[in-house]
Amino acid sequence: MLRFIARRVLETIPVMFIIATATFFMMRLVPGGPFDSEKNIDPEVKARMAAHYGLDKPLFQQYLLQMKHLLQGDLGPSFKYPSRTVNEIIAEAFPASLELGAEALLVALVLGLAAGLIASLKQNSALDHAPMSLAMIGICVPTFVMGPLLILVFALHLDWFNAAGWFFPRDRVLPALTLGAYYAAYVARLTRGGMLEILHQDYIRTARAKGAGGARVLFKHALRGGILPVVSFLGPAVAGLLTGSFVVETIFEIPGLGRFFVTSAFNRDYFMVMGAVLFYAVFVIALNLVVDVVLVWLDPKLRFE
Amino acid sequence: MTIVPDKIEPAPGAANPSEAGVSFWSDARRRLFKNKLAVFGMIVVSLLAVLCFAEPLLCPRVVGFTYEQQDLALGPMPPSAQHWLGTDILGRDLLARLLYGGKISLLVAFCATLVSLTIGVLYGAISGFVGGKLDMVLMRVVDILYSLPFVIFVILLMVFYGQKIILLFVAIGAVSWLTMARIVRGQVMSLKQREFVEAAHALGLSRRRIILRHIIPNLLGPIIVFTTLTIPDVILLESFLSFLGLGVQPPHSSWGVLIKEGAEVMEEYPWLLLYPGLIMALTLFSFNFLGDGLRDALDVRGSKD
Amino acid sequence: MPLLTVNNLSTAFHTRNGVVRAVNGVSFDVERGETLGIVGESGSGKSVTCHSLMGLLPTPPARVESGSAMFDSVNLLSCGRRQIEEIRGRRISMIFQDPMTSLNPYLSIGEQLMEPLFIHEKIDRASAGKRALAMLGEVGISDPDQRLKMYPHQFSGGMRQRVMIAMALITRPDLLIADEPTTALDVTVQAQILDLIRKMQGELGMAVILVSHDLGIVCSVCDRVMVMYGGQLMESATTAEIFHQPKHPYTRALQRSIPALQPKGGELHTIPGAPPDLHHLPPGCPFAPRCGQAVDYCAREPVGLRETAANHSTACLRVQRENIAV
Repeated sequence: MLRFIARRVLETIPVMFIIATATFFMMRLVPGGPFDSEKNIDPEVKARMAAHYGLDKPLFQQYLLQMKHLLQGDLGPSFKYPSRTVNEIIAEAFPASLELGAEALLVALVLGLAAGLIASLKQNSALDHAPMSLAMIGICVPTFVMGPLLILVFALHLDWFNAAGWFFPRDRVLPALTLGAYYAAYVARLTRGGMLEILHQDYIRTARAKGAGGARVLFKHALRGGILPVVSFLGPAVAGLLTGSFVVETIFEIPGLGRFFVTSAFNRDYFMVMGAVLFYAVFVIALNLVVDVVLVWLDPKLRFE
Repeated sequence: MTIVPDKIEPAPGAANPSEAGVSFWSDARRRLFKNKLAVFGMIVVSLLAVLCFAEPLLCPRVVGFTYEQQDLALGPMPPSAQHWLGTDILGRDLLARLLYGGKISLLVAFCATLVSLTIGVLYGAISGFVGGKLDMVLMRVVDILYSLPFVIFVILLMVFYGQKIILLFVAIGAVSWLTMARIVRGQVMSLKQREFVEAAHALGLSRRRIILRHIIPNLLGPIIVFTTLTIPDVILLESFLSFLGLGVQPPHSSWGVLIKEGAEVMEEYPWLLLYPGLIMALTLFSFNFLGDGLRDALDVRGSKD
Repeated sequence: MPLLTVNNLSTAFHTRNGVVRAVNGVSFDVERGETLGIVGESGSGKSVTCHSLMGLLPTPPARVESGSAMFDSVNLLSCGRRQIEEIRGRRISMIFQDPMTSLNPYLSIGEQLMEPLFIHEKIDRASAGKRALAMLGEVGISDPDQRLKMYPHQFSGGMRQRVMIAMALITRPDLLIADEPTTALDVTVQAQILDLIRKMQGELGMAVILVSHDLGIVCSVCDRVMVMYGGQLMESATTAEIFHQPKHPYTRALQRSIPALQPKGGELHTIPGAPPDLHHLPPGCPFAPRCGQAVDYCAREPVGLRETAANHSTACLRVQRENIAV
């Protein structure tokens, strides 16, 4: 197992390298990029850039310099906010996104797993159709519709919550629900699908023939296999959740990373973009690794490859 | 050694309809039409498409207004006998704008899906069919691309190259082909090894014939299903971009634009958010139900949902 | 007192295309320690009968329409869920046809083997482990301590079936139902598994119901044999009787069809026609459409098992009324 993990971590390095290289060249070569000499740049930023990136040196040396910075974990200065570095901005904004993402994940797992399990056990009954239709709503109503709607109903009409802000524990509820709804829907559908496939297998019949009751059949026999599709899905999903959602953070005025990611693309704040891309990539790769480890733990057939 | 029955008798039940042969496609069609939700989805999608694409005819005649006709004196009004869904801030009829927006949204969706389909199928088919090292490399590329935050790249592309609609198709399509590629590749690989391909080989069929008559029909199933399921994702992506202000630009409109405009004034004029949101959700519902029904009818499994 | 008394069991499947009468008025006894064989082709109802007894049929489409199955003064067909769960795996165990799919791929063999002990007895892990180990030895699996930690996909078909048997017998049940236990196995392995079942029966003294489509297998292992067709019992007698003196036309046809018993170079006998459509069964004998000895009343009048000789019952109106020797 440890060898498996070590091997995967080692594989990550070339991947990150490729991503960083690609982003580097993309930014240099694209017109209107940050290194476009015709651009009107704040002299302070220009000075920082020149120092940081060695703009007077040949391209290849700039590349090496950039790679060196990256290896040191230095993501460079921000364009939009000249007095701050990308590292600082990420460090400041990440906690809010992390918290929001974790809470949305909780919502997704609790609601989704429960709904999916119940639906699979009571297939084709009202307890199946109702949650699955709700799940469909979660998938089909985008966050930028769901969010305002929730605010309209629960904050403005019923006055149960604030319309925006991130100060009180109460403020977490609507954003977590908005963000989590989509993922809850997917988890519900995947759980139901996975469980249904398992519940019709012969070995479930064997378990019942041994005298196993409903709970034991469900949790000991069915769940392990049934949950595999959810685990696979959660890898990239959690990465997206934890790195923040632009829409939710904007609508609810949450000081998170998602907002920065998108506005940086808008503002052509390229170092921020590069930082964002790398940060996100690290998350996805790490989470994929976690997912793979969990999958191997759950499914013995994978262990002997 | 011949096998001779004790008594010659006609086989009972030969006229029994349940034993009559049924082709794969007609069986699939039968199962699809039995699925009420899928039929509902099909009807809604067709209806919407017809209505939206007939917008140039419908708007002046049936609805009474065009999408750009302003009435500044009127201003935003809730639904009335004249304006069936109300008007927006500039006094434009909402129904007309919804139809027009729908035309654009659906057009973008279909074209982007076409792009995604083309790239994905070609990529996946080649990778799966050729196999070996090429397959490994191609799939690694897909894995790397998966770990990138696409939204950022789409935004970057739009920001760099301006906001032409064609670019929108290409950008969205280029971003959503990955899953299709994976699925097609998986399907091709499993088909290559299936026994009926071996049997066809043993019967002496040429490679070309095998591909045409055996492999491609079996690919159609998953391709149809996932195309139908890609369309709602694309609609969502386009509306997200429009929500950011990057997608469709005025004087054009799309559902995303309408939702954005509605969200800005939802407190005072909720119908401006509700109707576009509802219509879009309905469309996404329908495509998803249709896709699910197709998946059940064609008996396809896959990694997407 | 017989261990199990089944009386007039009828099971039907309510499908969209109509009602399928899979089992139609089946009655039989199983004595303690005896081996009863149920022989029939696919669709004859032999598996559904066993599944009905254990309550393992999916109840939306399937329904036990009538009958009783008295096991130690408990009616298996109508007792509550808790009662039948207590009986399953402890007093009556069942093994199934396909050992590949009947074991849970995600749990170790040891875990699955010990499970009946955890369900039915108050036992700690260590003792359960010891019993599992011993059981593996008894069913002839070498290297049992290693095997306990392994997973089903690491075993061959024959070994998996041995594990199934171990799992079924670890609680020393009174009755083992074996539903086509050898059908999915190679011929050589088949013989080993049958020997194992016989050996375990000798040691534990339980009764066995062995279901198969292979008359040869059933006759080599069982004390008594019942023949099923179209959801009904056709004949029931001791093995020797069934083999040497079959009375029912269907049993005789089955016997004639065994290739190994026919002279080489001659023509193979088959039973003409096709299995019955269980959606539309004739009111009378289900075999009538294919029977060479059928007369007009055969398809019209219902027929049941009647004793036609000592310890030998036949469900054929012609045998019962005219005592024809076919």
